[in-house]
Amino acid sequence: MDNTLTADFGNISEENIKNNFVLIYELLDEILDFDYPQNSETGALKTFITQQGIKSQHQTKEEQSQITSQVTGQTGWRCEGIKYRRNELFLDVLESVNLLMSPQGQVLSAHVSGRVVMKSYLSGMPECKFGMNDKIVIEKQGKGTADETGKSGKQSIAIDDCTFHQCVRLSKFDSERSISFIPPDGEFELMRYRTTKDIILPFHVIPLVREVGRTKLEVKVVIKSNFKPSLLAQKIEVRIPTPLNTSGVQVICMKGNAKYKASENAIVWKIKRMAGMKESQISAEIELLPTNDKKKWARPPISMNVEVPFASSGLKVRYLKIFEPKLNYSDHDVI
Amino acid sequence: MLNLISAVAAAGGAAAVGPPETHCKTGTKMTDSKYFTTTKKGEIFELKAELNSDKKEKKKEAVKKVIASMTVGKDVSALFPDVVNCMQTDNLELKKLVYLYLMNYAKSQPDMAIMAVNTFVKDCEDPNPLIRALAVRTMGCIRVDKITEYLCEPLRKCLKDEDPYVRKTAAVCVAKLHDINAQLVEDQGFLDTLKDLISDSNPMVVANAVAALSEIAESHPSSNLLDLNPQSINKLLTALNECTEWGQIFILDCLANYMPKDDREAQSICERVTPRLSHANSAVVLSAVKVLMKFMEMLSKDLDYYGTLLKKLAPPLVTLLSAEPELQYVALRNINLIVQKRPEILKHEMKVFFVKYNDPIYVKLEKLDIMIRLASQANIAQVLAELKEYATEVDVDFVRKAVRAIGRCAIKVEQSAERCVSTLLDLIQTKVNYVVQEAIVVIKDIFRKYPNKYESVIATLCENLDSLDEPEARAAMIWIVGEYAERIDNADELLESFLEGFHDESTQVQLQLLTAIVKLFLKKPTETQELVQQVLSLATQDSDNPDLRDRGYIYWRLLSTDPVAAKEVVLAEKPLISEETDLIEPTLLDELICYIGTLASVYHKPPSAFVEGSRGVVHKSLPPRTGSSESAESPDAAPAGVQPSEQPAVIPTQGDLLGDLLNLDLGPPVSGPPIAASSVQMGAVDLLGGGLDSLMGGTGFAAPSTVVPANLGAPLGSGLGDLFDLTGGVGTLSGSYVAPKSVWLPAMKAKGLEISGTFSRQVGSISMDLLLTNKALQVMSDFAIQFNRNSFGLAPAAPLQVHTPLAPNQSVEISLPLNTVGSVMKMDPLNNLQVAVKNNIDVFYFSTLYPLHILFVEDGKMERQMFLATWKDIPNENEAQFQIKECPLSADAVSNKLQGSNIFTIAKRNVEGQDMLYQSLKLTNGIWVLAELRIQPGNSSFTDLELSLKCRAPEVSQHIYQAYETILKN
Repeated sequence: MDNTLTADFGNISEENIKNNFVLIYELLDEILDFDYPQNSETGALKTFITQQGIKSQHQTKEEQSQITSQVTGQTGWRCEGIKYRRNELFLDVLESVNLLMSPQGQVLSAHVSGRVVMKSYLSGMPECKFGMNDKIVIEKQGKGTADETGKSGKQSIAIDDCTFHQCVRLSKFDSERSISFIPPDGEFELMRYRTTKDIILPFHVIPLVREVGRTKLEVKVVIKSNFKPSLLAQKIEVRIPTPLNTSGVQVICMKGNAKYKASENAIVWKIKRMAGMKESQISAEIELLPTNDKKKWARPPISMNVEVPFASSGLKVRYLKIFEPKLNYSDHDVI
Repeated sequence: MLNLISAVAAAGGAAAVGPPETHCKTGTKMTDSKYFTTTKKGEIFELKAELNSDKKEKKKEAVKKVIASMTVGKDVSALFPDVVNCMQTDNLELKKLVYLYLMNYAKSQPDMAIMAVNTFVKDCEDPNPLIRALAVRTMGCIRVDKITEYLCEPLRKCLKDEDPYVRKTAAVCVAKLHDINAQLVEDQGFLDTLKDLISDSNPMVVANAVAALSEIAESHPSSNLLDLNPQSINKLLTALNECTEWGQIFILDCLANYMPKDDREAQSICERVTPRLSHANSAVVLSAVKVLMKFMEMLSKDLDYYGTLLKKLAPPLVTLLSAEPELQYVALRNINLIVQKRPEILKHEMKVFFVKYNDPIYVKLEKLDIMIRLASQANIAQVLAELKEYATEVDVDFVRKAVRAIGRCAIKVEQSAERCVSTLLDLIQTKVNYVVQEAIVVIKDIFRKYPNKYESVIATLCENLDSLDEPEARAAMIWIVGEYAERIDNADELLESFLEGFHDESTQVQLQLLTAIVKLFLKKPTETQELVQQVLSLATQDSDNPDLRDRGYIYWRLLSTDPVAAKEVVLAEKPLISEETDLIEPTLLDELICYIGTLASVYHKPPSAFVEGSRGVVHKSLPPRTGSSESAESPDAAPAGVQPSEQPAVIPTQGDLLGDLLNLDLGPPVSGPPIAASSVQMGAVDLLGGGLDSLMGGTGFAAPSTVVPANLGAPLGSGLGDLFDLTGGVGTLSGSYVAPKSVWLPAMKAKGLEISGTFSRQVGSISMDLLLTNKALQVMSDFAIQFNRNSFGLAPAAPLQVHTPLAPNQSVEISLPLNTVGSVMKMDPLNNLQVAVKNNIDVFYFSTLYPLHILFVEDGKMERQMFLATWKDIPNENEAQFQIKECPLSADAVSNKLQGSNIFTIAKRNVEGQDMLYQSLKLTNGIWVLAELRIQPGNSSFTDLELSLKCRAPEVSQHIYQAYETILKN
C-alpha cells in the first residue's frame, strides 16, 4: 500500500495526501472492492489511473481492453509493449547477517537473511531464468555429470527457506527448483532467502568497553576484514551505540572518519574503502551525565553496513538467462 | 421555486467567484489541496453554479471541490441533483468522481438516486470495459432498495461479459447485492451463475467468484453453496497457480473449508498447496499453512509424506519472523497456535524464537511464550541460558515473564528442574525486588510439582521475606512456610509477623495465611495453639469476606471435633499440578486452527466472540432460533410427555436443588452479623458439621489452597439417595423406579474422569443418566460413548452431547437416550453392559449392570384368557420361585407400585387370607413374563411375598426377581 502510494506521488505526508486525495480515492477503489483486495501491483494500477500528472492521454479502445486483460490475466504485473532502447537488467544481492558473539569472539549464532532485488528495463515479455548455487538444485543437476558435483559441492550453499515475488512460478520451483519468471517493469524484490549454515563473515568486530567511574566510558572497537586481500570492501559504516545520557564524545580513529551523532545516540564511523585481511581501530571516550536512573545501560549491539563483492552466505548467481544481462554485485550486512 | 433559487444562487455565485477563481489560476502547481481551502459560507451555491457550467474543466473542478468537502465531513448532499447531472459524460475521470459522490449520498437521497439508474444501465453497455465494470461496481455499493431492483438486469449481463475484468467485478457485486437483499439474489438465480464462474477461464474471475460464494455461504451455513467436489477442487488448484496473491488467498481459504474424502485426496491437495509456502505475501503463506494444518489431520502419522510436510512447514513459519515487528507478532500468535497443536513442526527451530535486542515488547513476550511451549529435554540448556539472560534485562514485564518461564520449564522438563531451581536462586540473590517476588511464586509451583526435593532452598527464601509486597508473592511464601512448617524452625514467628496486618492483606493472602497456620498447628500443636485461635477468630469474626469466614469455620469445626481427621484432611496428599499451563482448550484450539491467518488467530478467540458486523449478526441470529424453539417446546412437552428425553432431566435437577439447599443452610447463619455471639453460629454449623466432615473426607480434600466451601455441590451424590426415596413415591406418576446414581468409573481409573450414572425409563423410552465429573486438572472435551453388543441390543439413540468442555472440578449431568435396536449378544450376567467412553485424553472402558425393569414395555398387560392359556402352556420346569421378605406395602400398594414400572396386575384373588396377584410384563425384545405374587402378612406392618415366575426364556427370571425386589424395596 505504502509502496503503491509512494510510487504514484512520492512521499506520504499530510500535504501530499491533501494534494492527491482524488487519486487516493481512485486507487483505493481499484485496490479494494467490497473489502476484497483485488490488486496491489503498482505497475498495473498505474494504467488505471486517470488523474492528471500520471497519465491523461485518451486511450484507444484496444488499449482499454488490453488493460483489463492484463490486470485479470496471468501476468498482472507486466503489460505488453514496453520498449527500451537499451535492454538492461540489474541484480542486487542484499544480505543482512544477524550475529551473536560471545565476549571471547566466538560466534554463538548467526543467520543471513538476504534479498535479491532486480531492476529490469527490458522490452517485450521476456522470460527469465535465474539460477543460484543452491545445494538442492546443484545436487539435482549433479546427478547427470559426476565431476561437476565434486566441483560445485564446495561452493553450493544450503538455503533454509526462500520466498518469491508473485511473478515467480512457484509450482515450477517446487518441482524443478528452477526460478523462472516474467519480470515486472522497474524495480522489484525477486526473492528473499534465509540461511544459517556456513556463513562467511566479512568482518570481525571486536568491541572493548570499560567503565571508568560513573561518568566516563571508554569504548574501543577493532574491525578486521576477513576476506582475500585482493578484494576491496566499500562504504563501510559502523554504528556504535552510546548511552542516552552521553554528554560528549572524543573519538580517535586510525582510518576514515568518525562522528558522534547525538540525535541517533551513536558514533558513526565511516571508511570509504578497505582491503581484505586488514585491521582498523577506533577508540572513543564517552562522557556521561550523572543520572539517578538505576537502570543499567542495556548495551545495544553494534551494527555495520558494508558493500563487499561477495555474499556472506556464499550465495552466487550462477546464471541469468535473458538478453544482455549485466550483473552488478553489492552486498550489505548488518552485524 | 427551486429554479429560482438556483438562478439567484448562480447570480450570487458569479459575483463572488472572483477570489477563488484567481486562486485557482495562481495555483499553477496543479495539486488538489486547493480544493480543501474554500471554506466560505456561500460555497454550496457557488459549487452549484460551477456544476451547472458548460465548461468541462470547470465542472470537474467543482466536483472535486464537492468531494473534498465530503471528505472532511461537510454535508454536501444538497448538491445531489447537480452532481448527478454531471454523470452523463464520457470523461472517465469525471465519471469516477461522480460515482464516488453517489456512493456516499445515495442513501440519504434515495428518490434522487433513481435518477442515476438510467445512466448506470447505459454505462453497463458502454464499449469501454473499464466503464462497464465501474458502473457495476458503483451500483453494488449503492445500498438503496429501489436501485437494487434495477441492478439485476445489468448485473446479469455483466456476469456474462466477454471481458474478464467486468466479470470479476460483477462476481463481487453479487456478494454485495446478497448483503443488501439475499432473497433477490436467490430469486434471480445469480448464485448459479456465480457457481458457473468458478469454472471460468480467467483465474481472477474464479478467485472473486470463490470469494463471493464463500461470503454468501457464510451467512447460510446450512446451504451447501460451495458444493466442492474433487473436480471443482481441481479447477481451483489450477487457478491457484495463476491468479494474483489476493486471489490465491481466497482460493486457499475456500480449500480449507473442503473436506477431502480420504487421505489420498488430502495428500494430493497438500502437494499442490505446498509451493504457496514460498510466496512473498505472508497472508498467502498463512492461508497455505492453514490448509495444510487442516488436512494434516487426515494424514496418518506413519506416512512418509506426513514427515515431509512437517519439514516443509517449518522454514516458511520461521521466515515470517524476519518481517516487520507487526507482522512478526501476527505470525507469532499463529505459530503459538500451531505449536500447541503440533509442536513437532518447530521443535528444532528454538533459536529463532530467541528474543532480539530490538524486538518490541509485544514480540518479546510472545516469543517467550512459544519458547516455553517448545522447551524439551533436548534444548532446555539453551533455553535456560537465554531465560537467565532475559531475567537481567531492564523491562519489568518482560523480566517477570522470563522468571515465570524458568519456573514453567522446571515443571515441564523434569530433568532440568534442578538447574532451574539453581538459576532461580541466583536470581533471588540479585535482590531485585520484582525478580525475587516472581521467583518465589514459581518456586512454590516447583515445590508442588516435585515435593520433598528442593527444600534446601527454603532458607534462602525466608531471607527475602521482608521484601515481598505483592499479594501473590506473599501468598506463595506463606504457602511455602505452612507446607514446610516442620522444617522451618521459626515458622510460627514468620507467620505471626504476617498476622499482624491480617486485615490489610488481600483475600488471597488471608486465605493462605489461615490455611498455613492451621497446617502449622497440626504439625506443631503445642506451641501454636494461641496462634491458631487468633487466626480463626480473625477469620470468622472480624472478617466480612464470606470465603474467608467459611474456610475459618470449616477449620474450626474440623479441629474441634476430630483433630486426627483434620490432620488427614488438611495435610492430605495434594494432586500433582499439570505440566502445561495456559493451554488453549482443545476444541477452541481446533477451531482457531481453522482461522489461521485471520484476526481470530491473533486474538485467540473465535470470530463470534468479537465480530459484531453483518457476519456476526448472521451467526448470532441462528442460535436464538433453535434455542427459542427448544425453550418454547420444553414446557409443553414435559408435562404432556411428548418429548420423553426431556423428562429424565427432572430428577437430576432435583439433585442440584438439594445442593443449593445445602449451601443455603450453610449460608444464613454464617452470613449473619459477624458480631453475633459466635456460639450461636457454631451451633448452626454443628447441624451440618457431621455431614460436612464426611463430605470433606469423601472428596479427599483437594489442595488446601484451592478448597473453597463453594465446592460442596459436587460430593452430594452420596446424600442424594435420601432424596430419591422421596421421588420413589412420585415414581408411579413420572415413570418407573430410578436407582440412585452409583459410580461406574472411578476417577482413578480414567485419568481424572469420574462417571456415575443410573438407568431410567420414562414414558416408553429408556435413558442412561450420567454424571460426568472432571477430577483432573485439565479441561476435558470431545466426549463420545459407545456400547458393546449386549443381551437386549441396548444402544445409544443419540451421540453423547457435552456442549461445553468440562473444566477441572466441574461436573455435568447428561441424559443419554437409549434404544434397543443395537446388535445383540448374550452376556453373562444377562444384564451386563460394557461401555466405552472417549474424551480428548483417552478411551476408557467400564461395565455396569442395568436393572431389567427399564426394559419392561408399556403394553405388557395381557388379556385374562390369554394369561391363563399361556400360564398353562409354559412348561412347569420353566417356573421359578423367589421370596421377597419384609416388604412394607399392602397388596394394593404393591400392585400400584409395580404398575409404575410396567408390571401389570391382571387379576387379584384372596385365597385363605392371602392376597394373590397375577401379573404380566413384556420385555423390549418381546419376551412375556407371567408372575404369580402371593402376599403373606408378616410381622407388624411388613408383608412377605412369594413370587412365581413363568417365562419361555427362564434365564431372565432371576433378573426379573431382582427388578421386583428393587422396585418394591425402594
